Amino acid sequence: MNTFTDSFSVAAGLVAHLDPRFLAIVDLSLRVSLAATVIAAAIGLPLGAAIAVGRFPGRQALTIVLNALMGLPPVVVGLVVYLLLSRAGPLGSFGVLFTPTAMVIAQTILIVPIIAALSRQIVSDAWAEYHEQLQSLGASTMRAALTLLWDTRYSLITVLLAGFGRAIAEVGAVMIVGGNIDGVTRVMTTTIALETSKGDLPLALALGVVLVTIVLTLNAGAHATREWARARFG
Amino acid sequence: MQVRTPRGNGRGRALDEPVAPTGLPIVCATVGVRRGTTQLLADISTTFAARTRTVIVGANGAGKSTLLRVLHGLVIPSSGSVMWGGRAQHPKRQAMVFQRPVLLRRSAAANIRYALDLAGIHGAEADARIREALAEVGLLPLADRPARVLSGGEQQRVALARAWALAPEVLFLDEPTASLDPAATRAVEHIIRDIHARGTAIVMASHNLAQARRLADDILFLHDGRLAERTSSSTFFSRPASALARAFLDDE
Amino acid sequence: MIVNRRGFMAALAASALLAFGAGPVAAEDKFIVVASTTSTEQSGLFGSLLPAFERDTGIKVRVVALGTGQALDMARRGDADVVFVHDVAAEEKFVAEGFGVKRLPVMYNDFVLIGPKSDPAKIAGSKDMLDALRKIEASRSPFASRGDKSGTHAAELRYWKAAGVDLDAKKGTWYRDTGSGMGPTLNTASSMNAYVLADRGTWLAFKNRGELAILVEGDQKLFNQYGVMLVNPAKHPHVKKELGQTFVDWIVSPLGQAAIANYRIEGRQLFFPDANR
Repeated sequence: MNTFTDSFSVAAGLVAHLDPRFLAIVDLSLRVSLAATVIAAAIGLPLGAAIAVGRFPGRQALTIVLNALMGLPPVVVGLVVYLLLSRAGPLGSFGVLFTPTAMVIAQTILIVPIIAALSRQIVSDAWAEYHEQLQSLGASTMRAALTLLWDTRYSLITVLLAGFGRAIAEVGAVMIVGGNIDGVTRVMTTTIALETSKGDLPLALALGVVLVTIVLTLNAGAHATREWARARFG
Repeated sequence: MQVRTPRGNGRGRALDEPVAPTGLPIVCATVGVRRGTTQLLADISTTFAARTRTVIVGANGAGKSTLLRVLHGLVIPSSGSVMWGGRAQHPKRQAMVFQRPVLLRRSAAANIRYALDLAGIHGAEADARIREALAEVGLLPLADRPARVLSGGEQQRVALARAWALAPEVLFLDEPTASLDPAATRAVEHIIRDIHARGTAIVMASHNLAQARRLADDILFLHDGRLAERTSSSTFFSRPASALARAFLDDE
Repeated sequence: MIVNRRGFMAALAASALLAFGAGPVAAEDKFIVVASTTSTEQSGLFGSLLPAFERDTGIKVRVVALGTGQALDMARRGDADVVFVHDVAAEEKFVAEGFGVKRLPVMYNDFVLIGPKSDPAKIAGSKDMLDALRKIEASRSPFASRGDKSGTHAAELRYWKAAGVDLDAKKGTWYRDTGSGMGPTLNTASSMNAYVLADRGTWLAFKNRGELAILVEGDQKLFNQYGVMLVNPAKHPHVKKELGQTFVDWIVSPLGQAAIANYRIEGRQLFFPDANR
C-alpha cells in the first residue's frame, strides 16, 4: 500500500514543481500521439467512410480485416517499423530511426485501423438513415460520404479520442523505434517502463497517475463537447 | 416539348415560372421489382403526367413505397422499364419527402442551401429561394435554428421547404404525415397544395384515405404488388371498379 | 466555437503544425547515436559523463540502452555510430567481422552476486564465485538469470560453465531465465527471493531491493571490462565517423577517464578507468 500512497505524493510533487524533465516527457508524449492521431485521422476517416458507403467486391472481407487490425500488438508494429527504418532496411536512408518522427510513424500505423473501423461503423449507421434522401437530392456517393463525415463529426470525436488514447498509452512500438533516448525520444510510457526496471516503483506509478489523468481529462472534455453538440444541433 | 437548359439564363428561374416538363410524363411498362425471393411489384404499367396529383393507396406491404422509389430512380426495376420524358435516364428535376424527415445536423436554412448547392444554385439566388421557401412553410423565424431540434411537424415542413426551393417537376411523398399530429398534418397538406398550385406534379403514398380524398386528382390502388385499379379520385371512392378496391374500402 | 467548417479546419491545421514540432530535431544539432548497455545508463554513469562530453565538444550523445548483444546487432545494422558494451569476446568478433574499426578498453566495474538475506545456499561473505555457484546448484536455491544475450548474461554463463554446472537440465526448476534486462530481472529476483548476478552500478541505483543484499563480491573473476568501438564507416558510409571518433578519443583521454573515476554512488566509485592499461 505504501507504494500507492507514495506515488500520489510523488505525482503531486512532479506536477507542482513543474520539473522540466518531467514536463519535457509529457510534452513529447502529447505531441507524438497528437501528430499520429491527426495523420491517422486524415487517412482513416476517408477510408472508413469510403468502405461504409462504397459497394465493391470484398467489402465485407475488408471490414472484417479492418476490425481485426484494431488489435494489432504495438510491439509487433514497432518491430516491423524498426526493420523498415533501420539503416539495413529499405527506408534506412531517411535516417528517422530513433527520432520522434519514427515514433509518430509507428503510432500512426497502429491507430489507423481503429479510426477507420470505428468511423466506418458510424458513417455506415448514418448512411442507413440518410442515403435515400441524399441520393434523392442528387449527391454523388463521394459527396454523400463527405457530408456524412461532417454531419457525424461530434461522434467522430470519440473515434479520434479512442485512437489518441491507444497511441499515448502504448509502449511497445515507441520503445523499439524510439530507443527511449533521454531528452530525445523518452515519453511517459517508456519512462514508466524504465523507472520500473530501475525499481523506482513510486515514480513509475506517479507517471502512470499523470498519464491516466491526462487521458481521463481528454475523455471528459470530449464527452462534454458531445453533450453540448447534441443539445445544440440535435 | 420545351427543353430547359439546366443552368438557366444566368439569373436563374424565378419561383413562379411554370416547371418545364423534361422528365415527364413518367411511363412505366410492365415494371417488376424482385428482392430475393419476394416479388415486391409485378407488371406495373401506368403513366404519370405533369401537374397531376396522384395518391397511391393500398395495404401495408402492397408496394407503395417501392413504387415511389422506382419512379424516383432510387430503385432499379428487375423487369420492365421506366422512361422519364421519353428518356431512360433519370432526370434531376424531382424531389422526395420521406415519412421521417431526413435533415442534416445544421440549421434549417443550411439544409436547404445544401440541396440547392447540389442542384447548382448558389449565392444570391440561393438566398432568395431559401427565404421564400421558409416563408412559404411558415418557418422563416426558425431559419437559423438547428433543424434536428425542431418538432416533427416543423422538420417535415423544412423538408417540404427544401423541396419547394428546388422547384421540381414532380414531388414524391412517402406517407409524409404518418408520424404527425392533426394540426401538423393539416399544415403539411396545405403546403402540398401550394406546391402543386405552382406547377409541380404530386405523387404521394398514403394509408390515410381521408387524406387521399382531400388531396388526390386520381388514385392508384396497389394490391400485393400489382396495380389493381387506377381511376379518378371521385370514381374510386364512390364506384370503384374492382372487387379488390371495394374490399379495401370496406375494410378501411 | 469551432462549429463552422472553416474554424474546424483551422483548429485541425493548428494542431497538426503543433504536433509536427515533434519532427526531427534541427539538422544543425551535432549528435551521435551510441548503442550501449543498461548498466552504463541505469547506474547513472551516462547521466554524469555525457554532459561533460557535450560541454567539451559541443556534440550531443543519444544513447540507446539495450543489452550487449542487442547493441552489437543494432550496430551491425548500421543504426548506431559508436558501440560501448562489456563483452570482450563479442566485441572482438564484431571487429573481426569488419563492423567495428578498433576495440579500445575504457573501464571496468565488477559484478556482485546478490541473494536473499536468508541465504539458503550459505554463501554470504564468500570471495569464491565459482564455489558459491556450485553451492547454489547443490541447494537448488532459486536463481534469476537475464537470459537476454547481454554482457552480464554472457559473463554469468561463463561462470556456470567454469564451475562445471550444466544448466540445460536445470532450466525451469530453480534456474529461472527471465529474458529481460537487469532491472526487471532484479525485480523478479526480489519478489522470488532468488539469487542473481548483477553489475554493482545497477544494483546500487536499484530501489526495490526487498530482502536482497550483496552476498559475494571481490573475486577477481567478477571484474567486468568495458570496451568502445567506432562503427566501421567502410561497412556503413553514413556513420558519423568524425563525431564518433571524437567520442572514442575523449572517453579514453585523461579528461574522460577522470570523469569516469569521479562518478560515485553513495560515495563509492563504481567504474575504474583502464584505457591505458
